[in-house]
Amino acid sequence: MKSLEELKAIRERMQNKVILREGGAEKRIVVGMATCGIAAGARPVLNTFVEEIANRGLTGSVEVSQTGCIGMCRFEPIVEVFEGEQRVTYVHVDPAKAKEIVEKHIVGGEPIVEYTVGSAEK
Amino acid sequence: MKELSLNILDIAQNSIHAEARLVRILITESDETLKLEIMDDGKGMSEEFLNRVTDPFSTTRTTRKVGMGLPLLKLAAEQTGGSMSVTSRERALYPETHGTEVTAVFYKKHLDFTPLGDVISTVVSLVQGSPEVDFLFVHELGEKRVELDTRDIREVLGDVPLSSPDVLVWIRESLIEQYGYSE
Repeated sequence: MKSLEELKAIRERMQNKVILREGGAEKRIVVGMATCGIAAGARPVLNTFVEEIANRGLTGSVEVSQTGCIGMCRFEPIVEVFEGEQRVTYVHVDPAKAKEIVEKHIVGGEPIVEYTVGSAEK
Repeated sequence: MKELSLNILDIAQNSIHAEARLVRILITESDETLKLEIMDDGKGMSEEFLNRVTDPFSTTRTTRKVGMGLPLLKLAAEQTGGSMSVTSRERALYPETHGTEVTAVFYKKHLDFTPLGDVISTVVSLVQGSPEVDFLFVHELGEKRVELDTRDIREVLGDVPLSSPDVLVWIRESLIEQYGYSE
């Protein structure tokens, strides 16, 4: 059994970070996790974002959250990236695209136009 | 759904939307059958809604009028020769004991049995999405018992959120260890 001691160590480490996080995340990644999203493959996409953000040490500045159906089921898995007033909607996302979105958009600051809903609808 | 664990993720979201504080997910397997129970202490459903809840054209959602979660689980169970049932007590009538239970039985040897799949990712995804809700996950496979109770974890963590990446990794590794997978 994983020890509760390890959890205590996590708590000690995190308690300092929590204070930092109260400023709020600069970027938000929202993954559609309704029936349509889940059936289309949203779960591994969500977990890829969670891992990538953690591995790159972006936990304080980027928040990963889940949402329901936004009425475009045929485009699921759908991922929205919010930054200030800007919203970019990515469609048909898979784990490989999720990694690329973190690298190019979240870290690099350049949205990947070809994966957006605007490109898909053309 | 390609995996039963995806149905579990989907159905457990209903409990979260119903303002559950504790969601219990119990999987009991024998050689022949897999029983899935998802039980919550959420606001429950009226008898009238309960009667049409497995109809794909009923939903609580306001954006559109189609809800596919329970019908999909019912189909997955019935196509193996099994069944699904839902009981519920709404908060207005049952202030102490409100909540909903979904029970589904699957026959594992049937050709149309959908494998359970990556249930660990389902548990991690639920905690990530709703760190304020408690989850009890118990999977009994014959002699083996895998268990995770976020109430225990929360007690140790204090005010550190359960959705912290390090905590999610701990949960994933704890489940992997209990299942006896080697990575």
